[in-house]
Amino acid sequence: MSTTTIILNYTYLISIVLFIIGLKKLSHPDTAKNGNLIAASGMGLAILASLIYPIEGANNNYVWIIIAMIIGGGIGFVVAKKVKMTAMPEMVSLFNGLGGASTMLISFVEFYNYPIAESPLNGQMITTVFALFVGSISFTGSMVAYGKLQGFLRDSLVLPFPQFINMALLILVVGLSVFTLIQPELNFNYVIILLALSLIYGVTFVTPIGGGDMPVVISLLNSFTGIGAALAGLIYGNQVMIFGGILVGAAGIILTILMCNAMNRSIFNVVIGGFSGSGKSSSGDGREEIVKEAMHNDLAIQLKYSQKVIVVPGYGLAVAQAQHTCHELESLLEGEGVDVKYAIHPVAGRMPGHMNVLLAEADVPYPKLLELDDANKEFPSTDIVLVVGANDVVNPAAKEDQGSPIYGMPILDVEQAKNVIVLKRSMNPGYAGIQNPLFFGEKTKMLFGDAKSSIQKLIEEVNNA
Amino acid sequence: MEQAIQFLGDNLTMVYLLVFASYLGMEIISKVPTVLHTPLMSGANAVSGVVIIGAIILIRQADPTDFVVMILGVLGIILATINVVGGYAVTDRMLEMFKKRKKS
Repeated sequence: MSTTTIILNYTYLISIVLFIIGLKKLSHPDTAKNGNLIAASGMGLAILASLIYPIEGANNNYVWIIIAMIIGGGIGFVVAKKVKMTAMPEMVSLFNGLGGASTMLISFVEFYNYPIAESPLNGQMITTVFALFVGSISFTGSMVAYGKLQGFLRDSLVLPFPQFINMALLILVVGLSVFTLIQPELNFNYVIILLALSLIYGVTFVTPIGGGDMPVVISLLNSFTGIGAALAGLIYGNQVMIFGGILVGAAGIILTILMCNAMNRSIFNVVIGGFSGSGKSSSGDGREEIVKEAMHNDLAIQLKYSQKVIVVPGYGLAVAQAQHTCHELESLLEGEGVDVKYAIHPVAGRMPGHMNVLLAEADVPYPKLLELDDANKEFPSTDIVLVVGANDVVNPAAKEDQGSPIYGMPILDVEQAKNVIVLKRSMNPGYAGIQNPLFFGEKTKMLFGDAKSSIQKLIEEVNNA
Repeated sequence: MEQAIQFLGDNLTMVYLLVFASYLGMEIISKVPTVLHTPLMSGANAVSGVVIIGAIILIRQADPTDFVVMILGVLGIILATINVVGGYAVTDRMLEMFKKRKKS
């Protein structure tokens, strides 16, 4: 081993350490920004090392590599700078899918380069089959998740017998993988069919899962991409890829479990059960429900003279970009001596922490954000709860209606408060497609309209009152 | 089958690495407050772009006249770079907001 090789191997080690320190620091608000930079510098170092690592008889093709990196880096940087804060979850999903696609391409090329006359039954090829499969699922799965969050793929796109199709595809993929590997020679046609099946599986795996569950799915797919990168690392015997990939794989799985816990469901339940289909029918005909509408001026006076107000933000706040207006109303009311807080449900919005990010953008002070349990303790002494574009996370059906698909999910129990005002555009059910009995509750009044303009009107009225 | 077992034997250190990395990953993540889940997921997503190193090694070893390998490999580098650069940049933007709030 030459001195250069030894130095570069230790450089890889430093990169790995930087990844660990980076991720560790990312877990505390104070150090998070540094943590991200540390992880990024680890990546930069690893890329540099991989560029100069001596490879015997290599053509290097540096020009191609540099051009590709400039193109990719440019696109990545511009997109990341331009994306709106509300579209972050989609963005993460999109980037994740591209990482998966890269894994897929690498493993496909490995098959392409494999000498046809040799038996493919060895560790190298077994790993490559796995990497091809995992990378493909991560790619198409993330794209479907991206489409669902962007809104151009709706939950109404339902496959017939999704469980059956998925199971059949999975058996087919596994069967064909084994069949391809045990052939005396590598048949490249099988690899192409395998690739196609894996890509389809990614689509059918995510499509039946309801849009409300997308955060869980993205987290899971993030984990897949990590595992794919680690598998690709095994192919090349590259420690940074193995370590970084597995670190992300483990992180994604833990994060997925945490999210599922927050909704009181298992991964199995999310992936197989799905919200889709159920519940939607129940919102049709049936009992006449009475909806009370709130008036802006009445509500403004009520707000001004209350002791304690809690805002429950949801995806509607993100869509309407109402975080700044919301903060303005909060400051105004604080000036009037009203105690204003925010109750953040762990899965409010489309990602855990989605609401925190939005409210942080609007400079809402950190201590004003209450977590689920603390918020539920505060509700009984609260005069008014403003539900801004949240729906499923305040749905009392989760604790009352055993037949409800979200039964058992911990909710923000806003009905404990004296008054509940729901800001909403229409009476449509939430993203999970479940009707919300809260809207017909005795204490509930609805304030229809776009969250931002509704709050703006409230601010005017509070100023006038 | 023998070759597969041989592969596991030859890559013993890698398998060790795999096991400990999984444990470490879980330990680090399980202590993260909910507030940071989205940035963390985004940061982890950027790290999963390490697959770019595979694509770089692939292209470095490739025969420049083999267009299939070159095109797929270059595409692999482009996509992975988008993942890495975009991932870190997006995470940085999210965390910028946390920092601003802390000061005020």
